Formats: sequence, structure tokens, C-alpha cells
Amino acid sequence: MPPPRSSAPPTRAIELRARLVPVLSTLGGSAVALLPTVALAPNWPPFGLLMLLGWRLLRPEMWPAWVGLPLGLADDLLTGQTLGTGMVTWTACLMLADLVEVRLLWRDYVQEWLIAALAIAGAILCAWAIATWTGGAAPLRLVVPQMLTSILCFPIIGRLCALLDRWRLATGKIRASD
Amino acid sequence: MKAPTRNRRPGFSRRAQYGLFASYVVAVTGILVGLGLIVIARVDPQGFGMVWGAALDVTTPISSLERGLVRGVGDAVDGTTNYIAAGSKNAAMARELDADRRALVAARILSLENARLRRMLKLVDNRPAAVAVARIVGSTGVSSRRYATLNAGSNEGVRPGQPVRSAEGLIGHVVEAGMTASRVLLITDNASVVPVRMARGGMPALAAGRGDGSVEIRPLGAGGNPFDRGDIVLTSGTGGLYPPDVPVAVVVRKEGDVAVAWPLANPAQLDYAMVEPAFAGLPPPPAAPPPGKR
Repeated sequence: MPPPRSSAPPTRAIELRARLVPVLSTLGGSAVALLPTVALAPNWPPFGLLMLLGWRLLRPEMWPAWVGLPLGLADDLLTGQTLGTGMVTWTACLMLADLVEVRLLWRDYVQEWLIAALAIAGAILCAWAIATWTGGAAPLRLVVPQMLTSILCFPIIGRLCALLDRWRLATGKIRASD
Repeated sequence: MKAPTRNRRPGFSRRAQYGLFASYVVAVTGILVGLGLIVIARVDPQGFGMVWGAALDVTTPISSLERGLVRGVGDAVDGTTNYIAAGSKNAAMARELDADRRALVAARILSLENARLRRMLKLVDNRPAAVAVARIVGSTGVSSRRYATLNAGSNEGVRPGQPVRSAEGLIGHVVEAGMTASRVLLITDNASVVPVRMARGGMPALAAGRGDGSVEIRPLGAGGNPFDRGDIVLTSGTGGLYPPDVPVAVVVRKEGDVAVAWPLANPAQLDYAMVEPAFAGLPPPPAAPPPGKR
């Protein structure tokens, strides 16, 4: 739907878009796993998690911590991990971000990347541990490249989130808290 | 620099404070529920079969569609490349044809001899027909398990436990089946173990997945490492599930007591896969008490 070309106060449609874009883009990140490739080793970055972290660090007040539960569950179903993996790791990531935010009043680009890197590494390790415990996973040395590519991918995903953020709030500011 | 957020600590408003607290309570409860799901997945791996089946049914059409697009583009690129390399390829193919003709004659002689020997032994080939022929539409590159998705499900008669193979060799077995799609545990997954035997000599062994696209061949007999580079292992049919004499992997190197082999059916290249009925059926778990016990 094309956005209305006026500076009218936010309508219901715009508000809906502002709410839906982050959720749908995170689901889209999870759905990257549906691309028709047959991977021999786990080497794809978890784009869903990257999108979640990107949105969380860009707009801290947008989502409560429990939003990791439904989004993580959807990620599990799309990527074929053990049910519950995404629920646990994603929610834990969001709570970690909250914890850091209480202590760190000002943060810049490097610190943001560092927080994301910690969360990504922790989440991938945790997912690997769960896969090992529930049946058998690839050896740890195969997970390390995935971790590194994910951490290096994060700035791009952060940019993408910022781009989507500007688009979703294009006409009329809905949440102008910062 | 990002300014500190003002909304996080909701000042003196009791209502807002309770709201924030409640969101954390929900989050922690959700984490506990998630851990419970993981424990269930460990205790009963087939427990969420229905959920997985439904998820597969929804997501597989997307992958199938994309697969068609990717193949179209790939074919176009291949066609152009072939045109450029036509001359040298023609010469190579002529040489190959000569070699193949000789091999074909030898193969015809062998097949005649084989038929004669079979008649002498009165062997009947009673291998059942395939349950379904389907396309492999993708696998998960994010998860550290090795699963592939097949676009045939219980509507076509696919059930969990059935072996999946291609013309080149064994792929794995079905672990979850939805209505129109199913999930295949590849033989390269760490949880997969296939009883095999060597094509040369027939020595029994186990082929266990290593998670990185290769399989590990562990000989069952004691003493030494009987494998050589280039040895082919076939399924032995021991224990049911996998039918005998399906090519599994070719040995690429030895590592101490075991050999590292590469699957003959590379799931990244293959397209069509055959789902076969489980060989000799799956044994019913509670029945058949151990014969040695009184």
C-alpha cells in the first residue's frame, strides 16, 4: 500500500505498518533458511537473530523482553532447530541487552557491535549445545566460522534495520522518544 | 553516540513499573517453557511430529518455488558456458564415448552372465517399488543438525523411518512427515549410523555421520584398518530400515582406526530422491522379548 502523500497525523494504517515492519522483517530473516540450498555444514548466519538484535539495539523501547518467545518459536519452525532453542536463546539475548543498558548509559557503534557479538556468540554456542544434547550436532570447529560470519554480518543488518526504521516511520512520527 | 533511553525506567508510575516487571516474568516463564520443550525433544524426539509436519507443509512450497527459479538461472548460465567451451568439450566427449563403448560391451557380457547365474540360483529380485519419488528442496544451513526437506509427505505414503536414496546412493531416512513435505535425516548428520559392508571383501562396518558433509567408517572386525582410498561401502541391510546393497560412500582417507568417506549421493547436487518402504519393516518396540532371557 502506498503511504499517503500528506503530513496528516498518523493514521491507523501507518501505525500498523510501524508495528508490523520489525516483526515481519525478523520473520523474513528467519525465512532466509528456506532458500533452496542444501548445506553440508552449518555455515549460514542466523539472520533472524541478527535482525532481532538489530531492532533491539536500534529501538530499545519498542519490544518487551518476551517478544523473543513467539519470534524465537517461529525461527525454530523455519530453520528446523530443536523446538525451544530460539525461544530460550532469543529471549535471553533480549534480557542481556536490557541488563547491559541499565549499566551502560551511553553507547556508541563499537560498543553496540560488541554487545551484539557477545549475544550472537552466546546464542550460537547455546544452540549448538542444545543440538548436541538432543541428538548430535556438528563438531564445534564447524560452528566457529558461522559465528564469525554472523558477527561480521551484524553491521550490515544493523544498517538494514535503520533503513527499514526510517521507512516504517516515514509519514508522521509515531514513537519519537529519542 | 546513542542517548540513554528514558522509557526504560518508568519513573514513579506504579502501573508502568508493574508492567515492566510483568514483561520480565513472562519472559522468564517463557524461557522455562522453552527449556521444557528441549527436554521433551530429548526424551521423545518424535513428540512434536504434528507441529513439524504442519510447519514443513507451510514452508516447503516457498522453497520449491525458489528452487525452480534458481535452477532456471543456473541452466541459463550453464548453457552459455557450454557454448563457449563447445570445441574442447566435443573432443573430450568423443574420447569418452570410445572408452564407454568398450565398457558397455564388457558390461553387457557381465549382465548376461549375471542373468545366467541368477537363473541357476533361482534368485528372485523382490525389492519393493519406491513409495514416492520427490525433490529435495533444501536443507537448514543455520542449524547444526543436517536435515533436508523433501516435497512429498504422508499424502504420497511417506512415513517416518523410511529410507531415502537417489540413483547414486543412500541419502538418509525420513524423520518427520507432513501432509505434503517431509524431513530427511541425512547420513552425514552426527546422529545417523548406517550398517554397511565393504564392496570389496564384504567386511561389516558402521558409517556414522560427522556433521561436515563426510561420514566416518568404523570397521566392526578387530585389528588394523582394512580400508584403502577409493573403497566403496554399501549398506548391509543389517537391522532393517536400510535395504541392502545401496552404495553409501567412497573412502577418501584413513584416520587411525577409522576411515573418512564422502557420500556418493551428494545432497547439495542431487535433485530427485526415492523414498522406499522400510526394509523388513520397523521392529515393534515392546514386542519380541530377548531370547536369552528366561
